[in-house]
Amino acid sequence: MTRGPTWFNVTSLVVGFSFLYLPIVLLVIYSFNDSRLVTVWGGFSTRWYASLLENDQLLDAAWVTLRVAFTSACIATVLGTLAALVLVRSGRFVGRSLFSGMIFAPLVMPEVILGLSLLLLFVSMDQARGFWTVMLAHTTFAMCYVAVVVQSRLVGFDKSMEEAAEDLGCPPVKTFFLITLPIILPGVIAGWMLAFTLSLDDLVIASFTTGPGATTLPMKIYSQVRLGVTPEINAVCTLLVGLVTIGVIAASIVTKRQQVQRERDERAAFGADS
Amino acid sequence: MAEEHVAPPVRRGLGGWLLIAMPYIWLLIFFLAPFLIVFKISLSQVAIAIPPYVPTFDLSEGWQAFTDGLGELSLENYVWLTEDALYWKSYLSSVTIAAVSTFLTLLIGYPIAYGMARAPQSLRPTLLMLVILPFWTSFLIRVYAWIGILKNEGLLNQLLLSLGLINEPLVILNTNIAVYIGIVYSYLPFLVLPLYASLERLDGSLLEAAEDLGCPPWKAFWKITVPLSLPGIIAGCFLVFIPAVGEFVIPDLLGGSNTLMIGKTLWVEFFNNRDWPVSSAVAVILLLILVIPIVLFQNQQQKMSEKEG
Repeated sequence: MTRGPTWFNVTSLVVGFSFLYLPIVLLVIYSFNDSRLVTVWGGFSTRWYASLLENDQLLDAAWVTLRVAFTSACIATVLGTLAALVLVRSGRFVGRSLFSGMIFAPLVMPEVILGLSLLLLFVSMDQARGFWTVMLAHTTFAMCYVAVVVQSRLVGFDKSMEEAAEDLGCPPVKTFFLITLPIILPGVIAGWMLAFTLSLDDLVIASFTTGPGATTLPMKIYSQVRLGVTPEINAVCTLLVGLVTIGVIAASIVTKRQQVQRERDERAAFGADS
Repeated sequence: MAEEHVAPPVRRGLGGWLLIAMPYIWLLIFFLAPFLIVFKISLSQVAIAIPPYVPTFDLSEGWQAFTDGLGELSLENYVWLTEDALYWKSYLSSVTIAAVSTFLTLLIGYPIAYGMARAPQSLRPTLLMLVILPFWTSFLIRVYAWIGILKNEGLLNQLLLSLGLINEPLVILNTNIAVYIGIVYSYLPFLVLPLYASLERLDGSLLEAAEDLGCPPWKAFWKITVPLSLPGIIAGCFLVFIPAVGEFVIPDLLGGSNTLMIGKTLWVEFFNNRDWPVSSAVAVILLLILVIPIVLFQNQQQKMSEKEG
């Protein structure tokens, strides 16, 4: 559908994107507000960022969150990639529909239910709650997102390259690492990033499954927000928004470059024959 | 959803089975088993203890204990849910709030998706990126940002007051209107993305043909564009409606004490009243309510991919 921009299309895009971005932009601007009152502009200042550095509780929570997110994203990426391979490659096996059901159900399940059910599992296993239980909970729902992302990459995959490798006597594990993985890598990286941000972002599931000493940043922000908006929280949020934005832009540049490189390699390989 | 990609049966060795077993067993332990536990606890009695419930039956006590336990199962918690008006009101108001917000999201999202699909080809990846980016930034932060805008001395009221449009601040925060704004804002990308995908594939020559035959643009839009983008509309609406029903953060931060949503009720029941069996029963019923739209959504997705394949 290509047609020239009309005033209607341009307006709806401008209005729509302002709606999406204005709250975030205002948050960033007011994090540099000198006034203690959040909505009164008292001049530019970075004092809230400075006071963040002295807030040990927030820094601790941030450190816990990063550790949880990193660990769970790594495990979720491995398990999710395996799950995607099973969904696309494993043919029929007993309990297949149960398996795909378990992959897709967490994507639409309300977080309160996931959190509650995992907590009750940990309680009935008599498991002390803390870092590990949050990490396991995050791994579980994040692996489903990874599986979906990697699966979409695998579906459009030319299987003949794998078959060629195996015909030439390459063992399956080696074929996976030499052929399959490099091709699906953008999907795997995107899956890892998605798992990482989902974990960074999660409040509800972490609140259910955490224990003493493992308060995550969203939980900390949430408890502060309930007491009222503070400029310090604006500063934390701005840092997080900045971090994620840089990460997403960097990742999109990397995957784009990889794609260009791969296309060039393929062209070179095929070009040499003709 | 993935059924259409099922490969024919393959011979698999130990490696193949291991590949299946690892994610499978993980999900059985950390996804399926917890639900069975929730179901079990929803049938047990509340107690002042740690954990605060009396297990109805204990699997470690063998088969005899299990069959004895079956006789003692109580539906008490479910009966309780029907007796206390709070619960059914919460369910009803969650579904209503989710439905109204879905409709509002569609009203706002459609022009955006339409504008994106009609933008010059070179601009589209950037626009797509701009829609996805807020999704990557924290949900909690985006909801939080609205508090500063909507509260009585907030930015919106300041703006309206200084423009002279209103004489005294509007009360928006802590009302259902704030909840609608929060849900529409947070879930907008979920609706725009599938809608954009179906609008982008739309064949422009159909519209040109309609116009050549003297059809006015609005009629062409209504008779051609809307029906052809219907799969995107349906997918997008489900993607907003389903998570909105169980939403907790938005009603808690933006809604007032009168805002009833079942996710919040469950949270309060669990953390404030520490009634684990009742909150489990609330979760089971919520799940049952959501099963219908989820199954409908799955069928619709399957139909769509069959049509494409």
